[in-house]
Amino acid sequence: MITNVNVKTNVKTNVKTPAKTNARVRLLFQLFWVFLRIGPVTFGGGYAMIPMIEREISTKRQWLGEEEMDEILSLAGSAPGGVGVNAAAFIGYRLGGVLGAISAIAGITIPTFIIVCLLSSVYAQLADEPKVAAAMKGIHGAVIALILIAAYRMAKNAIFDKTTAVTAMIVLVVLLISGMNPIYMIAIGLIIGFVFLQVKQLFGLQVKTEKEKECLDYSDEESNYPEYYI
Amino acid sequence: MIWNLFITFVKIGLLSFGGGYAIIPMIQHEAMTGGWLSEMEFQEVVSIAGMSPGPVATNSATLIGYRVAGMGGAIASTLGMILPSLILIIVISIFFYRVRNSKWMKTVFYGLRPVITGLIAYAAIHFGFMGKDYSFLSWQTLGTLIIVFVALYGLVKNKLHPLTIIVASGILGVVFF
Repeated sequence: MITNVNVKTNVKTNVKTPAKTNARVRLLFQLFWVFLRIGPVTFGGGYAMIPMIEREISTKRQWLGEEEMDEILSLAGSAPGGVGVNAAAFIGYRLGGVLGAISAIAGITIPTFIIVCLLSSVYAQLADEPKVAAAMKGIHGAVIALILIAAYRMAKNAIFDKTTAVTAMIVLVVLLISGMNPIYMIAIGLIIGFVFLQVKQLFGLQVKTEKEKECLDYSDEESNYPEYYI
Repeated sequence: MIWNLFITFVKIGLLSFGGGYAIIPMIQHEAMTGGWLSEMEFQEVVSIAGMSPGPVATNSATLIGYRVAGMGGAIASTLGMILPSLILIIVISIFFYRVRNSKWMKTVFYGLRPVITGLIAYAAIHFGFMGKDYSFLSWQTLGTLIIVFVALYGLVKNKLHPLTIIVASGILGVVFF
């Protein structure tokens, strides 16, 4: 932990000597390159990137220890924004400061940006083909399945008592019925936990704020990443 | 318009706890109220974002920006989506260990997690069956449901790669529709 902080400050303070400058430029380029290669091969959203990132950063290059990696990844999951982008920013910042974060984010964003723009313009040309339209309807089904799995993974980690179950149900029903801006739901969610726990404590009820660790089933790979769907 | 896109995605990026699919309802709300895209176009955007590699959140931002205002729009939206993450992550990094296990954080996430679960479930239902093509018991709905179940089975039971599922679903779509 501490050693990594030192590495970072060393790089920063010694930046003036040419050798150090070279090393720093090389690190920034390496960060860019690692994340450039992770982005285009991961399908199915940010979650799919996590094992790839772990392998590249801590197993292959040993830039960060496994423990720190776990810590970073779970923080990347709880911060707002896409998990993949957050993880890239965290790792980039830990290794190379602000410029490191920017290189890593540029690496993870640029290839997918290009692919998405290309796909979009190809699709715009072919959208009137009946076969393409039919394939698109099929893919629609696949994307629904991917979203359902994301919801299930999130629920597995989020819902463990009556309050959390009722909250999730109410949010779903309110969104389905009203045209309310979902951003407000997040804002309300930030307050809900605080209010409920205060009330519960007022009545002297037993309070736990997280699913107990021993309840988690660590046998399958997924539950090793309990917080990545937040 | 480009500035508008940027500001909107900065706003979404700031509150996009849950990343990926949790932010689809937020993006949809903004795209609809802004009159940027029709319901059909939005469904296409989410499908393409889901089948493209990389993070779904930034993919959707790129696509919407591109549709609404061309390449400039795509760049503005993507930057808008990324910028809050970058800034927040740097701030969190500075307070790294103090924030992580504080009681305050746990209290906030106690309420936030179920809300995000609700949001993702809503994204699935709304994206799945709210277009004008879908009424109860039409061939469209039935075909989509079959593909959803086959895809779920393949992903959960056989641990197939998402790309395999996407390609297979595309082929099933050509067969069905």
